[in-house]
Formats: sequence, C-alpha cells, structure tokens
Amino acid sequence: MIVTLLQLALLFGGLSLLAFGGGTSVLPDMQRVTVDSYHWLTGAQFLDFFAISRASPGPGSLIVVLIGQKAAGLAGALVAFLAMFVPSSLLLYVAALVWHRAAHTAWRALLEHALAPVAIGLTLASGLALIRGTEHGWAQYAVTAAATLAFAFTDLHPLALLAGGAALVLVAGH
Amino acid sequence: MNRRPTLLSLFTAFAGIGIMSFGGGLTAWIRREIVQRREWLDDQQFLSGYALSQLVPGATNVNLTVFIGAQLRGIPGAVAAFVGLTVLPVAIVFALGMLYLHKSGLPGSGAVGAALAGMGATAIGLNLGTGIRLGRLHIRRFIPLAIAAIVTLAIGVLGFPLLHVLAVMLPVSLALTWLDQRA
Repeated sequence: MIVTLLQLALLFGGLSLLAFGGGTSVLPDMQRVTVDSYHWLTGAQFLDFFAISRASPGPGSLIVVLIGQKAAGLAGALVAFLAMFVPSSLLLYVAALVWHRAAHTAWRALLEHALAPVAIGLTLASGLALIRGTEHGWAQYAVTAAATLAFAFTDLHPLALLAGGAALVLVAGH
Repeated sequence: MNRRPTLLSLFTAFAGIGIMSFGGGLTAWIRREIVQRREWLDDQQFLSGYALSQLVPGATNVNLTVFIGAQLRGIPGAVAAFVGLTVLPVAIVFALGMLYLHKSGLPGSGAVGAALAGMGATAIGLNLGTGIRLGRLHIRRFIPLAIAAIVTLAIGVLGFPLLHVLAVMLPVSLALTWLDQRA
C-alpha cells in the first residue's frame, strides 16, 4: 500500500512537471506506465476512466483521481490528485509572481500584446485537437459547430447549450 | 476593472465554474465568469495568463485558475481558487469511480454514453466559441490575425507539438509586436 502510494506520488508528480501544453499531453505516458508497467488497470478501464473524467465537471486531468482510486482507494486518489496538481501549480505561482512584479513595465506590456494572438490561436487549437483526439461522428460535428456559433454570437447560457447538445446526440443515436 | 475580490468570493466563483463545466470547456467558463460577469480581470490580463498557463507545464485551466487567484489575492487567493475549482469535481469523479468499480462497467447504459458524448461535443464548441469571441474583440490588424491563424492550424489541424510551435511563434510575435510599437 505504502509502496503503491509512493509510486503514485512519483509518477504523477513527474508527469505534472512534464505536462507541457496541458494535461492531455501526458495521457499516452500515463496510459503506458499505469497499464503496462504497474498493471493498476486494464487498457479498456483506462479508456472508460478517460470518458468519465472528460464528461465530469472540472479539469479533464481528474482521470488521475480514478487511477489513484483503482490502485490504492481513497488515499491513492488523494495522493494522485495532489501529485498531479501541486508541483505545476507551485511553478505557475512563481511565474505569476514575476508577472505581478512586472506590472507597468514596458516588457510586460510588450509581452501582453505579443501573447494575445498566440493565446487566441491556442484556444482555437485546443478545440480542434480535441475533435481530432475523440471519435467525432456526424452528430458530434453538428453539435460542436452549432455550439461554437451559438456561444460566439449569442448570449445563450452554456448550460442550455450543454443540455441541447446532450439531447441532440441522444436523439441522433436512436 | 481589477476590483479586489474577497477570498470567499474567489472560492465561490471558481466552485461555480468547477461544478458547471460538464464535458470540459473550462476556459470558456473561466473567461465568462471572471472577465465578462465579475470583471475582476480584463481580456488582456486573461489572455496573458492563459498563455503563461500553457508555457508552464500542468493542466492549463488549473494553472490559469492559480494564476488568476494569485494575481487577485496572492497565495491565499491561489489556494482559494484552486480548492474552489477542484473540490466538488474531485468528489463527483470519486463517487463515479466508486460506482464504476463496484458495478464493473460505465455507470448507466448507452443512453448515458450518448448524452456524455453530446456534452463533450458541446464543450469543444464552447472553447472554439471563446476563441472566436476573443478574436473578434481583440484582433484588429493583419499581423495578429496571421499569428493566431498559424498557431491554430499548426497545432489544431496539423498536430505539431505545442513546444515547437511556441518556440517559433512566440519570438516571431514578440519581434513583430516590438517593431509595430516602434513604428
């Protein structure tokens, strides 16, 4: 049990600091180690966990909670959660501190202007990459397109869009 | 702009975001709540935080949450925002995990799976819609438009690694912005 908790802490603590570009970038590694090396779960269970964590509210990387839970119960879930989010958050905090100190400096103003178009591109790219990474049927494409337009150009509440999207794919599947 | 929220209001704002963000789309929820509704940050601050959150390893939206909390209220603010965002979703995911592990299968049947797929597809649209909104608000000239388009295509369509794209596009954007400001 203690050994498993240590393995969880080291694995997810390491992945936390390797996850450049967000939690999804380390999923292939996560799958390889937890399924093939440690045998905490099967490949099919990993995919089920991915689906559960993606559909649940909150950050997508909460798959680590499920893996920790499968490997070592409640303690495993907590250790996996903290290991995945605390190291990267500390690093981000240092970056935010430097950023805050630089308020009203010329270089921060320059960076803000230069980062904006890159960040807008990254927002759009994250959506497109998710489409490529999941099984997107025609119903899902239609829902994604409709939700994109509705959210960009109307003031409909996102929860209404989510309910509509769920209903549409549900009806289309029958 | 830049009103200083209390720790409690930071916590509740992010708890609301955490609980409503079914199927992902967190970036859209965070911008809607923090920039549009509460006006704690403006878009420029939000976008630079978002870019920093991508540059530092870790889940982007968790990083963005820590960034916003830290900017507004320092370390206590970062903790309040982080705990707010994650506490309810972690409890929900853990409960679903209990169901899954004890029933040995996905909770529910094909209908639940279809509804989840629909929410996932919608959440992708929320993120794309946020990108379009931000672009319409803040991109007025050709060079930023070209930079945003290249980043979108390179990562979103062609699947280039994020690090490679940033290594090229950040210096390019910095140089062009610098030249533009001097002109």
